[in-house]
Amino acid sequence: MSTRDEIRTGLAEILEEIADVKPDDVADEKSFQDDLDVDSLSMVEVVVAAEERFGVKIPDDDVQNLRTVGDAVSYIEKGQA
Amino acid sequence: MRAPTGPAGARIVSLGHYQPARVVTNEELSRRVDTSDEWIRDRVGIASRRIAEPEESLADMAVAAGDKALAASGLGPSDIDLVIVATCTAISSLPNTAGQVAARLGMDAPGAFDLNTACSGFAYGLANANHAILAGAATNALVIGVEKLSDWVDWDDRSTCIIFADGAGAAVVSASDEPGIGPVVWGSDGEKGPAIRIETRDGKIIQEGQAVFRWATTALAPIALEACRRAGVDPTELAAFVPHQANIRIIDAIARKLGAPDAVVAHDIVESGNTSAASIPLALSKMVERGEVPSGAPVLLLGFGGGLTYAGQVVTCP
Repeated sequence: MSTRDEIRTGLAEILEEIADVKPDDVADEKSFQDDLDVDSLSMVEVVVAAEERFGVKIPDDDVQNLRTVGDAVSYIEKGQA
Repeated sequence: MRAPTGPAGARIVSLGHYQPARVVTNEELSRRVDTSDEWIRDRVGIASRRIAEPEESLADMAVAAGDKALAASGLGPSDIDLVIVATCTAISSLPNTAGQVAARLGMDAPGAFDLNTACSGFAYGLANANHAILAGAATNALVIGVEKLSDWVDWDDRSTCIIFADGAGAAVVSASDEPGIGPVVWGSDGEKGPAIRIETRDGKIIQEGQAVFRWATTALAPIALEACRRAGVDPTELAAFVPHQANIRIIDAIARKLGAPDAVVAHDIVESGNTSAASIPLALSKMVERGEVPSGAPVLLLGFGGGLTYAGQVVTCP
């Protein structure tokens, strides 16, 4: 189990490695596509890395609903519960 | 009854390839569908692709590539006793393409069959040729990967028409004293099959890009490593890695996980697009022609795609 802050920090590390996103730019209200410039294929790589790191399953059908960092943090938080 | 017996090994003795003359750039496609050069280069890695003329057939391209491989082998047409054509884009399944190719190249009644595992077809074909030779069922085989995807592409679908292309690659495989084709690792995931499909007989290719991308970037690196392990070749010894040219990001993701620092990684997708079963022999033939891979060096081939299917093996570069 990770807290929201831990999940967000973990996501920031993944985003930096896969999509060169600056960790300081990662905040709940930021849109992956519009604000962080993470395209649909990079998003798949981010999701796969997040699944491994947080021990959750994020099916393709749900990935499209993860618009913002906050959406992803909440999804992972629920998945771990 | 006697069991089949054969030589100690088989190896690729020569390669050949053929691409249609017509170059289609991203800029040309962006005039037809809503896309851009930057988008295609960034998401898929393609700068341009080759597209056959309407009257240029699948068999025409297969014959052109096969003829070059045969000429480079030093063998004559009558020395070939097995022809395998890997393709998923034949307009008609009867008669098969392999028989037409054998006849047009002047061969003397070789075994001839088509094989459809889509993008992994060449690796499957090569394994079948290897097994046939090891069992004594053939001595010299011609394996061709050929596709005319332009016949099956929806030219108004911007998610697929930017990816697929036409071409052919061929290899002559002969019996040898030392094994030059390692054990194949092959398999399938039919539940995910609909992710790449042609829905009806005269339908168009549909691909669920994200689902395929996820599968390709997660499931295949272990297959690549297993192919090395079964061949007894450490990834660090590889001189080249030639995966199916599906998407440059998939290629690079698998290459990273493979851990082969000295291997030249095939990036023929940049100028050839995704030619399905043709992509591996096409890329390898061009790399050898450019002198990028030394003769006798170990090369990992990894086919994957429609089915979903995959097959990989280590081969010795001709």
